Amino acid sequence: MDKILKSAREKISVGERLNFDEIIALYNENDLLYLAESARRVKEFKSGKNIFYTINRHINLTNVCSSNCPLCAFQCRSGDEKAFTLEIDYVEKILLDAKKIPDLNEIHIVSALHPEKNFDYYLDVVKLTKKILPNVRIAAFTPVEIANFAEKSNQTYEKILMTLKNFGVTNLLGGGAEIFSPRVREIICPKKISADTWLEIMRIAHKLGIKSNASMLYGHIETIEERVEHLLKIRELQDETHGFQSMLLFPFQPLNTELGKKFNLQRVGAWEDLKMIAITRLALDNFENVKSFWVMLTMPIAQLSLAFGADDLGGTIGEEKIIHAAGVTTQKNISRADLEKIIRETNYIPVQR
Amino acid sequence: MIDEDLKIIEEKILRGERLNFEDGLALFRCKNLAAIGMLADYVRKKICGNNVFYNVNCHVNLTNICVARCKFCAFGRDENSTGAYAMKIDEIISLIENALKSPNMGGLHVVSGLHPTWTFEHYLEILNTIHKKFPALYIKGFTGVEITHFAKISNRNVEEILKELKSAGLQAIAGGGAEILSDRVRNLLCPKKATADEWLNVAKIAHKLGIKSNASMLYGHIETIEERVEHLIKLRELQDETGGFQTFIPFPFLPKNTALENKISQTSMWDDLRTIAISRLMLDNFKHIKAYWVMLGVPAAQIALNFGANDIDGTIHKENILHEAGASSPKFLTEEKIINLIKEIGRVPTLCDCNYNPL
Repeated sequence: MDKILKSAREKISVGERLNFDEIIALYNENDLLYLAESARRVKEFKSGKNIFYTINRHINLTNVCSSNCPLCAFQCRSGDEKAFTLEIDYVEKILLDAKKIPDLNEIHIVSALHPEKNFDYYLDVVKLTKKILPNVRIAAFTPVEIANFAEKSNQTYEKILMTLKNFGVTNLLGGGAEIFSPRVREIICPKKISADTWLEIMRIAHKLGIKSNASMLYGHIETIEERVEHLLKIRELQDETHGFQSMLLFPFQPLNTELGKKFNLQRVGAWEDLKMIAITRLALDNFENVKSFWVMLTMPIAQLSLAFGADDLGGTIGEEKIIHAAGVTTQKNISRADLEKIIRETNYIPVQR
Repeated sequence: MIDEDLKIIEEKILRGERLNFEDGLALFRCKNLAAIGMLADYVRKKICGNNVFYNVNCHVNLTNICVARCKFCAFGRDENSTGAYAMKIDEIISLIENALKSPNMGGLHVVSGLHPTWTFEHYLEILNTIHKKFPALYIKGFTGVEITHFAKISNRNVEEILKELKSAGLQAIAGGGAEILSDRVRNLLCPKKATADEWLNVAKIAHKLGIKSNASMLYGHIETIEERVEHLIKLRELQDETGGFQTFIPFPFLPKNTALENKISQTSMWDDLRTIAISRLMLDNFKHIKAYWVMLGVPAAQIALNFGANDIDGTIHKENILHEAGASSPKFLTEEKIINLIKEIGRVPTLCDCNYNPL
């Protein structure tokens, strides 16, 4: 066995931190079940037999976007026939409906960068959410949206985040990280904030006591080295702030995207998805949780990923628009009973949070 | 199950010792899926190395008209129902001619309903005609259930039936119809077809006559874990005696459009993978374990190759039986696709005939 791989396996056996070369070596070795078994041990060390899930409602306020990333199938320009923007009355209706969901504990708000909606619009949504659902966690906005609010209202990131926190936002979302490599961002999302800005906004949020998730979008034009660099940058910030809760992996869904067409990309397979979950669990030793986002993975693979180091199945969702725009055929929501049954089948314990 | 139990099983496996009924149950109770997979993968490597076997083949389902009408089947029809069909000889020939457009087309997999009025001579004539017209194609066909049926309708014994089929060109027997080898389950779900003993008896006589066969298990319906393990042990016992089984195929039950649709939900990939792995571990005298992509779906079948499977079936040309039960997999795969999904995981694609001779 090659020297680097040997050191990687030794480190895994004693729970030591892996370096860049070791993670690459493990990836290339491609021993799927070794990775799974090692990642499961880490998972059980971190979260025991628990598998977390949330009863939540996703709200996508608008798909009209000034960023127009080639990776995205959801966004469109103002005036496009599929364009939509939820006015505040309609949001109220959704929230009142959501209020009827038993044990609802999270509202999840993520949207496009609407060129004409100012920060007040988003703030009104937060205020309304807090008013209608005072005891529900508000997980809202990615750093990409925060930067957009700052620019539009000419305020610092810190000021924006402070305001959102004061009006009820409890968690920042992990999206928009994509792949940190500037080479890749130039192609897949040229108008989006840089990696440094994404990380900086997370740093400020964590310092203000706002927890967040982190993410990676893989399976497009990035190299394996770029994936690992991405993971290590997140690990570095986590060492500094300890403000990240879950890491999410998003396999790129090429359908209906400009990026997919341009490079003739196919969705990576289940093997790759499971391998990445396990590698991520092993690489991010300072993360408590790795979340399997069932909407993207499909439920059978998400369930299987619980044997590959994941310990969070995400939410019941209610209604999802962004990923379904990229042609995924998973359901738009799932019942709590089904989610719990799926977890129990793996002999783990479902825990709502 | 506590990890201590798995440790004991692991030691047995490393020593090459046979697992017993209790071990099988313990494996089904164990939640450590990846560990079971690793053990199965170890055994797979030891028994059959890194080759993954596949066929370029064509499924021929002569008729869906069936007297058995099992509760788990979405394919069978009564004679006058809509969608009922019985292929004429020229239709069968043109199906095969069409399939022969695929390069490397190796052979046929012929399984069908138990037609109420067809005689054994008619089946024999079909077989004869196919074999004479396409002598280069191997023919694997008829399950233990069909062969038991032929014996009954022709008043002959199974041995005579098998001899006649063999001389008409049959080279191997298909693995279906084993379902669960428990008469409790069979009485509830498929009372009109071959019993567990009848199915095993066909395999036994075939093996004695030098005809190889496959074995299968339909799981994920009303059977218990105990019945799954008993099923595997029954197959293993017969294999000890005859050595005539080639591959074992676990079939997850697909409930859609069957009489059980509203009572039973489809198995999870978790259950599918552990069942493949446990089959590999229990069936120490079987050379091959098949990940049947039609039922598992292609992604799970690929992963199953790391959970003890070394056989991924074939290109199929056009699958009918399981797609009636809502299988969401494609109706065929190209040879290129099969080769790629084997190579992607670092294994060696090996094209073979119905008796696992590399081509």
